Amino acid sequence: MPDLGDLYQQLIIDHNRNPRNFRRLEDANRMASGDNPLCGDRIQLFLKVEGGTITDIGFQGSGCAISQASASLMTQAVLGKSTEEAEALFRAFHEMVTGPRDKAPDRQLLGKLAAFAGVRDFPARVKCANLPWHTLKAALQGAEEPVTTE
Amino acid sequence: MSTAQRAAAPASRPESVSAPLDVERIRADFPILERKIGGKPLVYLDNAATAQKPRAVIDAIQRYYREQNANIHRAVYRLSEEATREYESVRARVARFLNAAEAREIVFVRGTTEAINLVAHSFVRPRLGPGDEVLITAMEHHSNIVPWQIVCEERGARLRVAPMNRSGELLVEEFEKLLTERTKIVSLVHVSNSLGTVNPVKELVSLARARGIPVLVDGAQAAPHYRVDVRDLGCDFYALSGHKLFGPTGIGVLYGRAELLEEMPPYQGGGDMILSVSFERTTYAPIPAKFEAGTPHIAGVIGLGAAIDYLERLDRSQIAAHEADLLSYATERLSEVPGLRIIGTAAHKAAVISFVLEGIHAHDVGTIVDQEGVAIRTGHHCTQPVMEFFGVPATARASFALYNTRDEVDALVRALFKVREVFG
Repeated sequence: MPDLGDLYQQLIIDHNRNPRNFRRLEDANRMASGDNPLCGDRIQLFLKVEGGTITDIGFQGSGCAISQASASLMTQAVLGKSTEEAEALFRAFHEMVTGPRDKAPDRQLLGKLAAFAGVRDFPARVKCANLPWHTLKAALQGAEEPVTTE
Repeated sequence: MSTAQRAAAPASRPESVSAPLDVERIRADFPILERKIGGKPLVYLDNAATAQKPRAVIDAIQRYYREQNANIHRAVYRLSEEATREYESVRARVARFLNAAEAREIVFVRGTTEAINLVAHSFVRPRLGPGDEVLITAMEHHSNIVPWQIVCEERGARLRVAPMNRSGELLVEEFEKLLTERTKIVSLVHVSNSLGTVNPVKELVSLARARGIPVLVDGAQAAPHYRVDVRDLGCDFYALSGHKLFGPTGIGVLYGRAELLEEMPPYQGGGDMILSVSFERTTYAPIPAKFEAGTPHIAGVIGLGAAIDYLERLDRSQIAAHEADLLSYATERLSEVPGLRIIGTAAHKAAVISFVLEGIHAHDVGTIVDQEGVAIRTGHHCTQPVMEFFGVPATARASFALYNTRDEVDALVRALFKVREVFG
């Protein structure tokens, strides 16, 4: 039986309660929205990308603690990073929450995002953690349709 | 007293309560209730999604496959005759169960969804023209919304929705105002899956029928809890699902008045629904075979028959009394949980409780209570318009059945305090 504490870590609870970068960017040049209608998780992501670097980022949304904390921690992790670095984080995060259990997450690269390692043991919740990241990817690629991870 | 309250039929109130239901004996009939989830006893409170199966149902399906498996209505050998007899005897038992006038008024379908689609396509579609209307209610399941949207869009007709109040009770006067000469069918839910509201179906049917408007009743959530009498309700069609009635998945029933079924064109073409076929012309079989193209879910029908037999052996007024007790006990205990708000507070309710916990999303609630072995449903319950009406993205829902106990309500409440603890 997976441990609940691994899923609802204090860091996740805290970011759910006080999400960081929870704002709409008026001067955003990349935007995307993610919507998991079955869950009711929604996020809107705003980015300012200048010279290949994410110089500002904000999000708005509503949904479960996992999706909202994931969005909050993601905005902190990618702010100031190049779009390539952000995509590398996307891959590392994705692998951490969907990859095999015996493979340890790259804590060096992931930093605080490693708090989501426990999500892997709750298959029904993986899509919640992933939604902000797929939304980020869509924003960077200039996708117009809302993304979903359901 | 509001109209909705006055109109609520006393279907869930026990007619005469003798001894209480022997729940421990009933629990022993359901093998899955012995299961542990992560070392804790399973507390199954998602009966509105699907009910558990008694041993009698599991055994009947096994027996069919082990001893009787043959296709029906086709062969002269004994095994096939036996399977055919079993299959058709269930039709007669379902007819009695619903108090239909004749067995041929019972059509086997995959479930409530298919039953509604069948009526939408075979009965309503041919008689629906531009400007005509289909009337449903604000508390319908998606399965009683989408089929109507499809036919309305195709025929240039309009879907009308009778409103409800903040308690989740249908506004009968508003419903009545929406019954016009343009209304070609009324399709309404007997018991709401997300709110638990029991609609005053008999009254609503008579309002529609007095104007010559046919009525379909979605009985998916009613049949497991209350005795359903289609002739007393006066409806033209009644739909239900086997798996919510302690039977197998993939089997359901459409009751239709014979005279209507007879004039309806087939829903699907194929084997078993014909009298004769040539490349020039096909003559359809009489009802109900006309609506049962192809080899049906024989094992499912036999399992459904066993489920009905199981229910018929019990005192249904005892079941209703037991469930009413669970509902009032759970409503009271849940009010102890800080920040908990019940969505759906109709005066006349089935044992279904949707709720939200302030500041905590339903999916977080679901995941945490699952760790305590408690299975509840979280999400929009296929009733997104209901969620929108109450301004919530999703709810958690505990729905009870005859085998649930007060101890299980306590386990749910303990688990919800745990949710509060995790979220600080």
